Amino acid sequence: MKAGFFEANGRQMSRGAILLLMAPFFALVIFAFLYPLGSLLSLSVLEPSPTLTNYERVFDNPIYATVLYRTLRMALLVSLLSLALSLPVAILMANSRGPKAVFLTACVLLPFWSSVLVRTAAWSILLQRNGLVNEFLQGIGITSEPLRLLYTQGAVVIAMTHVLMPFMVLPIYGALRNIPFDYNRAAAICGAGPLRSFWEVTLPLAMPGILGGFILVFLTALGYFITPSLLGSPQEMMIATLISQQIRENLDWPFAAALVGVLTLLVTIITLVFSKVFRFERMLGARA
Amino acid sequence: MNPRSLLLNAYVYAVLAFILLPIFIILPMAFSETTYLTFPPQGVTLRWFEEFFGDSRWMAATWFSAKIAALTAITTAVVGTMATYALVRGARTMGTIFQAFLIGPIVVPHIALAVALYLFFQNTGLSGTVFGYVAAHSIIAMPFTVFTVAAALSSVDPALEDAAMSCGANRFNAFRLITLPIILPNVISGGLFAFIISFDEPVIAFFLAGIRDKTLPRMMFDDIEQNLTPIIPAIAVLLTVLSIVVLLAAALLKYLADRNSTAREET
Repeated sequence: MKAGFFEANGRQMSRGAILLLMAPFFALVIFAFLYPLGSLLSLSVLEPSPTLTNYERVFDNPIYATVLYRTLRMALLVSLLSLALSLPVAILMANSRGPKAVFLTACVLLPFWSSVLVRTAAWSILLQRNGLVNEFLQGIGITSEPLRLLYTQGAVVIAMTHVLMPFMVLPIYGALRNIPFDYNRAAAICGAGPLRSFWEVTLPLAMPGILGGFILVFLTALGYFITPSLLGSPQEMMIATLISQQIRENLDWPFAAALVGVLTLLVTIITLVFSKVFRFERMLGARA
Repeated sequence: MNPRSLLLNAYVYAVLAFILLPIFIILPMAFSETTYLTFPPQGVTLRWFEEFFGDSRWMAATWFSAKIAALTAITTAVVGTMATYALVRGARTMGTIFQAFLIGPIVVPHIALAVALYLFFQNTGLSGTVFGYVAAHSIIAMPFTVFTVAAALSSVDPALEDAAMSCGANRFNAFRLITLPIILPNVISGGLFAFIISFDEPVIAFFLAGIRDKTLPRMMFDDIEQNLTPIIPAIAVLLTVLSIVVLLAAALLKYLADRNSTAREET
C-alpha cells in the first residue's frame, strides 16, 4: 500500500466541503461520547460540591484499593498468558503458506467473530462442578472431589485470555509478515543460527506488534465487564463489576463516576505513552 | 520436519485446541434432550430451537437487535465513508482530531462509555430507544468501518477523479460515478462488521436496557446469569452460522474488489 492510511491525495476539496462531510461524524462523537463521558466525569469532581473526596475514597478505602490492585494484577496476568499463547501462533501463521495459512487464520478469526457471551457461557459449562474440566481432573487422579472452579479468579483469567487472545495474535502476525525474508537470510549468511537470527533480527523488528498487542489486551482487560461479572466471585470483584454495583445497587453516582475517572485516566495515560506502537489500522484492519 | 519446528507446531495446535474447544463443546449441546447442560449431549432434538423461535420474548429481542444492528451498519457506512473521504481529499489538521475521536471510544473501556450513556440517556428519555442504541453502537463500530473504507480509498488512484472532473463532472458526481463503485465492496464489508459488532454488543446493552426492549445479548446475559438453559447453545449455533455467513460475504467482497483492481491495472 502506498502512503499512509489517511494521507491526503487527489485534488483537494474546499474547507467548507470538508467540514460539511465531517460534520455528521463529529456530531455523533459529541452526542454519544464526549458529552456523556464529560458530564459523568464532572459528577465525580462536582458532587456534592467541588471536591476530590470521591477520588480519595477510591484510594483510601482498603476494599476499593484492593479491587484496583486486583484489576491491575489480573489484567497483567491475562496479557502475559495471551502473549505466551499468541507469539508461537503468530510465528507459525507468518511462516505458513497455502491451505495451512488459511486454516490457522480461520482458527484465530472464528472465535474473534463469535459472541463474547457464548464463549463465556461455554467456560461456565466447562468449569461447572460436574463439567468436563472437573471430570478430566478426577479422571487423571489430580483430585478425588470435584473442585470449585467457577466463580474464582482463575476462571476469569482463563476465560478472559481465551476471549482476548486474538487481539494479540493479529498485530504480532501483522508485524512478522512485514519483515522481509532477506533479513533472516542475511543473518544466516553472516553465520547466525535460526535461534540467534530469531532473537536478534525477527524479535526486535516484531517488537512494535508485540507491544501493541500486549497493550491492547491489557487495556481491554482492565475495563472488562462481561466475563468477570459472569464467571467471577462477588467477593473478588474487578473494577468494572464494582462500577456496575455502585450504580445499580448503591445508586452512588459520584463515586461510580470517580471509579470511571480512575479507569479512564489510567487507560488514557497508557495509550498516550505507547501511542507510537499503536497502529490501530493494522489491529482493526486485521480483524477483517 | 526438524525437532524445533515440530515443537512449535505441537505447541500451536495445543493453543488452537484451547481456542476452539469451548466453541466445539457448546455447539452440540444445542441438540441435547436434557434440560441441563452436560457433555456429551444426550440424544438429538430440535426442541431448543423451537423454544427459541416460539418464545415471543426471545423473538422480540432478536428483531430489536437486528433492527438496531441494521441501522448501525447504515449509519457507520454513510457517516464513516463521508468523513474518510473528506480526510483523504484534504483535511490536514482535522485528520489528527478525527483519528483521536475515532480511536477514543474504543480505547476508553466499554464500561465507562456504557455508564456515561446510561446517565445521559436516562436524563433525556433515550434509554431503551432504537435511536439511543444506534448512536451508542455507531460510536464503537465506527473505527472498524472507517479503517475498512480507508483501506480501499487510499488505494484508489486520484487521477481517475481528476479526469472525470476535467471532463466536466462536479466533485459529487466524480465521487458517485467513479470512486464509490470502486470502494463499494469495502463500504459494504465495513457495514457488515458494524452489524455484527452491534448485534453482539453486551456491555452497553446491559446498562441501557429498560424492562421491556431488551436486546438479544441482554436476554442472553440474564439467561446465563440465572439458569443457563440449552437455549444459549441453540443461540450459539445460530450466531456462529451468522458470523460465518458475514465473514464469507466479506471475503467474497474482498475477492471482487481485488479482481476489479487487477482488471483496472490491466487495461
